[in-house]
Amino acid sequence: MRIAIIDTSTTRAAIISDGLREAGLDDLVLIDPAGPLVAQVEAAKPEVVLINLENPSRDLLEDFFAMSRALAWPIAMFVDQSDAEATGAAIDAGVSAYVVDGLSKQRIKPVIDLAVRRFQAFSRLQRELDEAKNALAERATIDRAKAILMKRRGIDEPAAYALLRGQAMRTNRRIAEIAEAIVTSDALLGDME
Amino acid sequence: MSAETFRIGFLPLVDAALPILAHELGFAAREGVNIELVRDMTWATVRDRLLYGHTDAAHMIAPLAIATALGRDRPAVSMAVPFVLGLNGNAVTFSTQLAKDVGLGETLGDPATIGAALQRVAAARKIAGKPLRFGVVHRYSSHNYMLRYWLAGVGIRPDTHIDIVVTSPPFAADALAAGEVDGICVGEPWNSIAVERGVGHIALATAQIWRRGVEKVLAMRDAVIDERRDAVEALLRALHAAAAHFVEPGTAEESADILARPEYLGAPRDAILRAITDRIRLVPGGEPIHYPDFMFQHREAANFPWRSQAAWLYSQMLRWDGAAYSATDAATAAAVFRPDIYRAALAGSGAPLPGASSKLEGGIDTPLGAGSVQGRLLLGSDRFFDGRAFDPDDIQGYLADLP
Repeated sequence: MRIAIIDTSTTRAAIISDGLREAGLDDLVLIDPAGPLVAQVEAAKPEVVLINLENPSRDLLEDFFAMSRALAWPIAMFVDQSDAEATGAAIDAGVSAYVVDGLSKQRIKPVIDLAVRRFQAFSRLQRELDEAKNALAERATIDRAKAILMKRRGIDEPAAYALLRGQAMRTNRRIAEIAEAIVTSDALLGDME
Repeated sequence: MSAETFRIGFLPLVDAALPILAHELGFAAREGVNIELVRDMTWATVRDRLLYGHTDAAHMIAPLAIATALGRDRPAVSMAVPFVLGLNGNAVTFSTQLAKDVGLGETLGDPATIGAALQRVAAARKIAGKPLRFGVVHRYSSHNYMLRYWLAGVGIRPDTHIDIVVTSPPFAADALAAGEVDGICVGEPWNSIAVERGVGHIALATAQIWRRGVEKVLAMRDAVIDERRDAVEALLRALHAAAAHFVEPGTAEESADILARPEYLGAPRDAILRAITDRIRLVPGGEPIHYPDFMFQHREAANFPWRSQAAWLYSQMLRWDGAAYSATDAATAAAVFRPDIYRAALAGSGAPLPGASSKLEGGIDTPLGAGSVQGRLLLGSDRFFDGRAFDPDDIQGYLADLP
């Protein structure tokens, strides 16, 4: 069963194709998002097409599939009517699927389920990455706030940190927020003395 | 309170104005409803979010709501359109080269004259083995049907003499620039952006093809209407108030400011302002010309969902999909438009409410009084460029007579 993967994120496309390959589905075609979409899909002749929900080429792709009905190779959106929840879950995960006419549900279902899990895993990864980036940025802000306090008040690093921590506890805010306020006010008022 | 929230899907287009303004300017809050707007880049995604409950309603091209109810390309889902978000507001833009070949002037020309010139170019291109190619925003869009209506009417047979492909609105100017298409039929501000970038000339406003052509609608799943009828009616009142405000003189600047924001259209404010005020810059660097009723968002009960509008769209769907007429499908298509809900929502307000649910489309030359159950209703000219009229009770006769 040939599966084409169309994704604006090449990382996610790689994650999905790895998963499909592990499951023994290795007839895969990765569509290059920078190239001509329809020509690539037409040449690949896939039986299943997986595309991210927010891909800006979906209207174009659906039009091509509608036209393919007139040819000998009709493809339609995969909508599992007996199990609306499954299609809903795919949409929730951000993936939509199109399948060639006549392909049995038993063969498609595992592909979609796997794609959904991989999409979810990718979202989780991205969230973790964002959190890690934020944590890193917060650490940098706290370091800068400590440096400002050390310079202005002539204190050492543990004292500067204690000052930040004490203020955070008294005002019921996070240390990063206090640090952010110090860095901002230093940027605005730093030269006044 | 959560029962009163409507998540509404939209594409970044000027005619997404009513739900956006209903939210931003407090018309929704006044009716006790809360609007959350969900922006997407394709109609396929707007439709999928609507069908699977990510959204409760959507700004949608009218034919797509009907195609969804009829189960075209996918299993049928019952749909309801209780409110029309506007008439027209689209344009046909030629590439700079095609504008030159056709000899477009600096003003909006006559559709039949431009059509005759385009027909000669199309024939020459066909013989040269490089047929003209036009982009429309979706297979099931009013843009597709309006463009095809005009082309067929001037002797250019779509799919035979000219190719018509799909180009999403935000990428239409790119497609013109790259030479992928020779013309586009899209909504604003995307024609103006093509002109501004120097890659296109506006040839026609779709209002020149059909003076009162139905455009975007508020589409919902039938189930949502049944479950939340009172809240739906409150939402319609909010949209109706937003529409009245939108067409009021002196409000255009503020509306353009809001719509231009990145979370809504993310497009140049001036192009949006020109569309709202019916002023269109046709050629790069040219002075905008005023074309009254370029966009038609409120007057003449424009928000009323006439079943005959749905029937016309169904007739064009048959015409271009090469499908056979079905009385059942015709009834299903017409029933997607829900004038009954519109009347119930606005009963007791000052809004004019038509007494009929269907009318002869394209039958009015000079302003005509129409029967109403509330308020006074005057309908302006609603002519098609070729002078034909559409009788919703005789779809087959109409189709047989079309070129």
